[in-house]
Amino acid sequence: MTSQTSTEYEKYYVPPKSRLAIFTTIGLVLSVFGASHVLNDMTFGDPSVETNSWSIFLTGLFVFIATLFAWFKMTIKENMAGMNSAQLKKSYVLGMFWFIFSEVMFFAAFFGALFYVRNLSGPWLGGEGEAGRMNSLLWEGFQFSWPLITTPQDAVGGAGAQLMANNGTYLGAEKSMAFANAHAWWAWLPLWNTILLITSSFTVHIAHSGLLAGNKKKFNLWLAISVTLAVVFLYVQYLEYHEAYAEFGLMLSSGTYGSTFFMLTGFHGFHVFMGMTMLLVQLIRSLKSNHFTAEDHFGFEASSWYWHFVDVVWVMLFLFVYIL
Amino acid sequence: MGDHHHGPAKGLTRWITTTNHKDIGSMYLWFSFAMFILGGAFAMIIRAELFQPGLQLVEPGFFNQMTTMHGLVMVFGAIMPSFVGLANWMIPMMIGAPDMALPRMNNLSFWILPPSFIMLACTLFMDGGAPQAGWTFYAPLSTTYAPPSVTFFIFSVHLLGVSSIMGSINIIATVMNLRAPGMTYMKMPLFVWTWLITAFLLVAVMPVLAGAVTMMLMDVHFGTSFFSAAGGGDPVLFQHVFWFFGHPEVYIIILPAFGVVSQIIPTFSRKRLFGYDSMVYATASIAFLSFIVWAHHMFTVGMPVAGELFFMYATMLIAVPTGVKVFNWVTTMWRGSLTFETPMMFSIGFLILFTIGGFTGLMLAIAPVDFQYHDSYFVVAHFHYVMVAGAIFSMSAAIYYWLPKWCGRMYNEKMGQLHFWVSFVGFNLAFFPQHFVGLAGMPRRIPDYALQFTDFNMMSSIGAFIYGAAQILFLYNVIATIVSGKPTSEEKTWEGAEGLEWTVATPAPYHTFETPPPVK
Ligand code: HEM
Ligand SMILES: [Cu+2]
Repeated sequence: MTSQTSTEYEKYYVPPKSRLAIFTTIGLVLSVFGASHVLNDMTFGDPSVETNSWSIFLTGLFVFIATLFAWFKMTIKENMAGMNSAQLKKSYVLGMFWFIFSEVMFFAAFFGALFYVRNLSGPWLGGEGEAGRMNSLLWEGFQFSWPLITTPQDAVGGAGAQLMANNGTYLGAEKSMAFANAHAWWAWLPLWNTILLITSSFTVHIAHSGLLAGNKKKFNLWLAISVTLAVVFLYVQYLEYHEAYAEFGLMLSSGTYGSTFFMLTGFHGFHVFMGMTMLLVQLIRSLKSNHFTAEDHFGFEASSWYWHFVDVVWVMLFLFVYIL
Repeated sequence: MGDHHHGPAKGLTRWITTTNHKDIGSMYLWFSFAMFILGGAFAMIIRAELFQPGLQLVEPGFFNQMTTMHGLVMVFGAIMPSFVGLANWMIPMMIGAPDMALPRMNNLSFWILPPSFIMLACTLFMDGGAPQAGWTFYAPLSTTYAPPSVTFFIFSVHLLGVSSIMGSINIIATVMNLRAPGMTYMKMPLFVWTWLITAFLLVAVMPVLAGAVTMMLMDVHFGTSFFSAAGGGDPVLFQHVFWFFGHPEVYIIILPAFGVVSQIIPTFSRKRLFGYDSMVYATASIAFLSFIVWAHHMFTVGMPVAGELFFMYATMLIAVPTGVKVFNWVTTMWRGSLTFETPMMFSIGFLILFTIGGFTGLMLAIAPVDFQYHDSYFVVAHFHYVMVAGAIFSMSAAIYYWLPKWCGRMYNEKMGQLHFWVSFVGFNLAFFPQHFVGLAGMPRRIPDYALQFTDFNMMSSIGAFIYGAAQILFLYNVIATIVSGKPTSEEKTWEGAEGLEWTVATPAPYHTFETPPPVK
């Protein structure tokens, strides 16, 4: 194969020196350092002692967010100035794709934990199989069922009565979040959330096709609808958490059901918040600065991929956390 | 375009604001060397305590903090960043790219590391001391029974993960997108191939590690019961999640090392690499298999028999592609016109000692006998043969091999050979006897031992001190080369070397390949 000569070759933009990275680092490190202190104060600290851990955390967070803002702004400006060759744009596409893949793997760890406690270690604790012999020794009377309402600790009569080292109180909930009442199916919030998110994936898609057809009005409208659906989803999720806490007594400490339920839906909810923010930023860019053309709209595209990813995670959640 | 010919900025600003892959590569390499010294210091404390039976120097609790920090610092601070540094320096030069695909993010990936290791090291001075649950930090030692500093440890692991993921995304994007026209995948140097596959592994498993430490965090602070049977969870769950990360992690450590020796052995054999294609496929199959063998670290926790058998056979399967690689390296040397400069010596050392480590791995893979070997010094011997004689020997080889290209000066061959031989003797003296004490029943992670293990432990400690001293020699060699080595401007430092990195000027200019080079 003959080589291309340099004249035909579009230069790859290598940015000159930049302080973005060091500020991002400062923000990140301050915020995790502060967060560690906040948590340690909460768990091991003396409540009467005033500390400044919250201010460290919030300062770090502020620096981090402000720097990210500056970073994206710079990237957008470079793109508008025509510095990004087609090749550089492909690097961004690859970057976003593999970032989403890493997020998938993060969720996989929690889904894996859910699978393990439901299908393997839960039944063993309940006395099933070879490994179940410990049941009569340590957790006598514990029967396993999912959703786990009675924890092994509850079954033996509370933390004080347990033979294993007492390492906390795990009080089961009164009721799980699973589908319960066929007569009032419409009051089951997860169903509505599923409808909301799936619809929003479609509306994002409609916005995209509007953009591809050069119809900015259609784009703005459907993007705004998507963002609204996202906000409604978050609100319904808040209602659901409120119900779990206040009415069902379901908490993070309610044994493995509470742990997996809140961790999976909680991280998902956080990702919805991120995805909503991303879409909102694109909407503002489009409305205020008239960004995006039919050919050049990576910021929107990346956000929409992220949104579809969040949607797929929800479908898995709905299936494995709520239905099965 | 004017701003494309920018040279380095002045002073400290250069390093803080740089977007240049060579600057960033150098920072990674120096940082990892600093961590190597720090982790080495911890190891010296361990070996000093183990020189004789009985407790003489440190408290048992502090001893455990030392083994924990030693492992963490070596794996995450020394070995991994050193290969990322090498990737930064070499991948753009090997594939004819102007730089890494995402240069500013590249700088961020590096700068996250030093503060997160400072935070990790600071746990030593916190109330209750540093985490002491070992580098594998099994629950509940790392949750219920952990000192409060575990929170800082968890967040430091999060930062390392963020850095690794960004670094790997950058490498993937660079390799997939920035190859010079004509540089097809099957023409890429093997170092690039092994790093591409390593980067996939990293993007896949670092988030799982993040998941594991997040579950720990929640168990410690928010009363979740992932790892607590009283709430319906299981401490063994931690081991599954950890090793789902942990086993691919050991291949993350060794694959780039495979890449390095696959570059060096052909050069000093003056032959092409034997079986290039099979090397690529073997690397890919090792990576694939590494996802389905994790529970070979858990044979003794009480898995169902079907699980024991599955993980035993799957683990043994890995020996096949690994064997293909060893075969290819040996065959590359077969009837080559060999010379034995320092990089080649380290590569041959790698070849012999890594093979020993692979064999002990196979022994450990046999579930029924692992019941005896598990958590004994035999395991310690195994993984030091693959991680020190594997990864770190190949890293030393890489430094001697490419240093002339980087700084335009030649290292002193005699000093290089001396470094190799002292390392080789020290290493084997330190770790070979550990096979015997392990088989005879000496457990790992213990500050005291039964009298009959004394002789072998003394040998081990002396060997470890020798190996440690050899690394000071290494530091001296590198600095002496940079400061006062014999200048060289030959493009090809080694007559048998192949590849684009040997077509550019020596020392390599600040920017190579602003436009892609021709590829045959
Ligand atoms: C032929 C290839 C290999 C096989 C079959 C193998 C097998 C094993 C097995 C079965 C164990 C668990 C032993 C026990 O705890 O009882 C083990 C431990 C270990 N291996 Fe390997 N291994 C291989 C290659 C490697 C490589 C290439 C590395 C790293 C570069 C590595 C690093 C480790 C480490 C760090 C441990 C100990 C983990 C710990 O408990 O702290 N192994 N290996
Ligand atoms: Cu393994």
